[in-house]
Amino acid sequence: MKILVCISKAPDTTSKIAFTDGNTKFDENGVQYIVNPYDEWYALVRALEIKETSGGQVTIITVGSAADEAIIRKALAIGADEAVRIDADPKDAYYTATQIAEYAKTNGFDLILTGKETINYNGSQVAGMIAASLDFPLVSLASKLEVNGSTLTLEKEATNGLQIVEVSLPAVVSCAKGMAEQRIPNMRGIMAARTKPLTVIPAVAVEEMTSYVGYEMPAAKSACKMLTADQMDELVSLLHNEAKVI
Amino acid sequence: MSVLVYINSQNGLHKAALEAVTYGKKLGEVTVITNGQADASLLASLGAYGASKVLVDRSVQSDDDQQLSNVISAAVTATGATTIVFSHDLIAKAVAPRLSVKLKAGLVSGAIALPAADGTVKVNVFSGKAFGVVKVNSASRIISLLPNSIQPEEVGGTATVEDFNGQAGEAKVTLKNTIKPEGDIPLPEAELVVSAGRGLKGPENWGMVEDLAKALGAATACSRPVADIGWRPHHEHVGQTGVAIRPNLYIAAGISGAIQHLAGVNGSKVIVVINTDAEAPFFKAADYGIVGDAFEVLPKLTEAVKKFKASH
Ligand SMILES: Cc1cc2nc3c(=O)[nH]c(=O)nc-3n(C[C@H](O)[C@H](O)[C@H](O)COP(=O)(O)OP(=O)(O)OC[C@H]3O[C@@H](n4cnc5c(N)ncnc54)[C@H](O)[C@@H]3O)c2cc1C
Ligand SMILES: Nc1ncnc2c1ncn2[C@@H]1O[C@H](COP(=O)(O)O)[C@@H](O)[C@H]1O
Repeated sequence: MKILVCISKAPDTTSKIAFTDGNTKFDENGVQYIVNPYDEWYALVRALEIKETSGGQVTIITVGSAADEAIIRKALAIGADEAVRIDADPKDAYYTATQIAEYAKTNGFDLILTGKETINYNGSQVAGMIAASLDFPLVSLASKLEVNGSTLTLEKEATNGLQIVEVSLPAVVSCAKGMAEQRIPNMRGIMAARTKPLTVIPAVAVEEMTSYVGYEMPAAKSACKMLTADQMDELVSLLHNEAKVI
Repeated sequence: MSVLVYINSQNGLHKAALEAVTYGKKLGEVTVITNGQADASLLASLGAYGASKVLVDRSVQSDDDQQLSNVISAAVTATGATTIVFSHDLIAKAVAPRLSVKLKAGLVSGAIALPAADGTVKVNVFSGKAFGVVKVNSASRIISLLPNSIQPEEVGGTATVEDFNGQAGEAKVTLKNTIKPEGDIPLPEAELVVSAGRGLKGPENWGMVEDLAKALGAATACSRPVADIGWRPHHEHVGQTGVAIRPNLYIAAGISGAIQHLAGVNGSKVIVVINTDAEAPFFKAADYGIVGDAFEVLPKLTEAVKKFKASH
């Protein structure tokens, strides 16, 4: 089975979020980038588990600049076989998804895995857009994935609970918590990652359907009102009269 | 302007659907597209929130994203809509991106406000730590609205309901089984949430969390370690790696307020924090704080809520 795992970078969860250039650019000063947790912990690790039990190959792909090669090496150290970097600024989800779909079209993958969302843009867009471009079925927000020959059985979150669904390959699956457990790369993996193939390919021309033109920080919270355990009637009355939430 | 609003009517009309119709109404003439077997009279009630017409494709029973994107795109052709509105729920997260590619319409996901005068739309980014301003460059646009961003408004109209054949085609994903959640109120939609963390010491102490939730009519949630050690089911875990919620009221007992937890709850309108440690970081994000033992404060708060409910 040939599996393609889409990897994006994300600022480390403890990063300070700030903007520069008149609030039009994310301030990267002092920001550590990590592999987007959903991509690393769930999509990549599940792909590796499938390969370990049923054989195959795991390719990771990222749309990004040369600076993103650090996170690519991390994903290789965890165990991916090879990496592809599409050399472009991932301008918006449509741009990113189209690049990945174009690569997938010519390289024939059975299964394409993404994370549930990127933790910086929280769009949950890329997986559905790849599926649409390739005319593949999509299973979004899957928390379990089992392979039986050319059929996948999955558990996914739905508006009315958890659904158990089946789909034939090829397919796109976006991965959420539950799918696998985080793996810490070991020394051997880190050494091996240095020599694994990383192919850089140019981007195809795609229009930018949406653009981020600015950012804003939320208004600062006013100071917290402190109460004691014996003032619960006061708290209820504040929630009713002042905050108007009950 | 003609606006098409997709709503999920499979399990009745949820508040999120009314929010999406209200949002659409503020942008133009609203046609609603839905699927499934909801009663025509129920669908007609969307007229009160500003829908002029409701199209329903009764052939599509599931929430298959390929079928729904076919049906919605047929409805776009039928109505000439240039703005399509979704509520940013699990269905929209699968269907809207597919529709965006099909229609070549830019997708704004996680919108928290109406478009500004220049057409840009504000969205939640960095897990609620900031807002982004998105400009759509394509002729048509799709906006997926975060639940609880605007209030439904009754404008008092009526809607006609018409059966619609959107040529859905075959579903490629087969639904085998649905496991219904245990809680009464689904967490992402709950307006009031009572949540607890490791400070509660063990699963046997969750009775007092549930009692408060019951008194308020709230859903229950928890921090990640609590779900990881199996004290609570995983679907209750809120935060960066769990569910992101934006209720009107979030009460957190025995949760330290780590940044990854805050990422999932900082969109809440009002936050109440109960913690024995006055230095707990959560107090910085709170509106009301009680430095105290959850084992004492929770039962007292439950009593106060019951007293309040009895007199209101
Ligand atoms: C990449 C990443 C992603 C993560 N994602 C999430 C996520 O999505 N959601 C999440 O919740 N966490 C997440 N975490 C974990 C997070 O960093 C914290 O470890 C976690 O939120 C702590 O849970 P807690 O507050 O329940 O426990 P603790 O940190 O142990 O805090 C317990 C609190 O209870 C208080 N307390 C103790 N006894 C009492 C009492 N009797 N009454 C009242 N208060 C009491 C203590 O003072 C303390 O503040 C993530 C971590 C990482 C690294
Ligand atoms: N620049 C990128 N390169 C490769 N994959 C990406 C990129 N951006 C997003 N993805 C994938 O798409 C998923 C969803 O991203 P998003 O739609 O931005 O929430 C992520 O979890 C990744 O798996």
